[in-house]
Amino acid sequence: MEHADANQHPAGETKAEGQQHPISVYLWIWGLLFVLSTFSYLVDYFHFEGYLRWFLILLFMVLKAGLIIAFFMHMKWERLALVYAILVPTGALLVLVGLMSLEGHYTFLTRGTYFAPSHEVAKHK
Amino acid sequence: MAHDTMTNAGALAPAEGLKGIVADWSSDQRAFKKVPWGKAMMWIFLLSDTFVFASFLTSYMTVRMSTTVPWPNPSEVFALTIGGKSIPLILIAIMTFILISSSGTMAMAVRFGYQKDRAKTAILILITAAFGASFVGMQAFEWTKLIVEEGVRPWGNPMGAAQFGSTFFMITGFHGFHVSVGVIFLLIMAAKVWRGDLDKQRPGFLTGRKGNYEMVEIMGLYWHFVDLVWVFIFAFFYLW
Repeated sequence: MEHADANQHPAGETKAEGQQHPISVYLWIWGLLFVLSTFSYLVDYFHFEGYLRWFLILLFMVLKAGLIIAFFMHMKWERLALVYAILVPTGALLVLVGLMSLEGHYTFLTRGTYFAPSHEVAKHK
Repeated sequence: MAHDTMTNAGALAPAEGLKGIVADWSSDQRAFKKVPWGKAMMWIFLLSDTFVFASFLTSYMTVRMSTTVPWPNPSEVFALTIGGKSIPLILIAIMTFILISSSGTMAMAVRFGYQKDRAKTAILILITAAFGASFVGMQAFEWTKLIVEEGVRPWGNPMGAAQFGSTFFMITGFHGFHVSVGVIFLLIMAAKVWRGDLDKQRPGFLTGRKGNYEMVEIMGLYWHFVDLVWVFIFAFFYLW
């Protein structure tokens, strides 16, 4: 396919090809990523704690990742057959994270019961 | 273009949405229409790399959840004293901005590449490589500070849980390795663009593939992925 293509269009001939989007799209995303990164840095700077901290960290992380994949990596403009083939398998990772967090809790409780000094266990409860 | 010939042969415009997915995958031809094979392969490589990094981050989560010793506070460990004031995580924040900027210049390089603007593409790729190299430099500084001044080792550290060192060196080390490899490939790509190898479709020295501006986009996918992984490392390791 690629070779047939090359024969039809000799080198040097200008033609519309590949992913071409206005430069402003990239500058906008660049700016948004800067703003979001600043926000996630401020989460630490202002010492947000507990569920608010975790929620904000995850929110900014997901937004940044989404912008990079959708615009910089052009996923927004790809056919769904490719998008799903790449993005759906990563869902399996959520299962892994879920299972390992169960495992982590269990190991912590076991260690608390058998190994840890009692004051450390109290601190984590 | 290649996909034009294919759609003309089929006489019908490719279906969109869920029907499009079924049609593409059941077409008895290549499943990824309108996607050069090099790009599809890069995406599949990146998917497998995603699983590698996800395994690292998940094991980090598991050891951090299960340790009975307090985890060192990253906000304090990675603080820098600038002008007599201790600023938390400042080096990591700068590294984040540098990597995002490198992604921005890379995205623009891809765009100018498809416009066959040789000079702009090469210069933007070189700027991207320079950002990447400065990122690796800062990481080397960070590692040195952690090892020499803070006494962090893969098997222990004075601040708390021993697993802090092992997961830190493993995760950031693997990421830094990806950045370093990326910088090398960016420099090679910049040279190829500058010499006009992609315009003249000269075969590459390693694979013999004919030069093509799709290569810049494929290189870009890898580079954005490195930035993407850093987003997750920044959130889970440094901020959590």
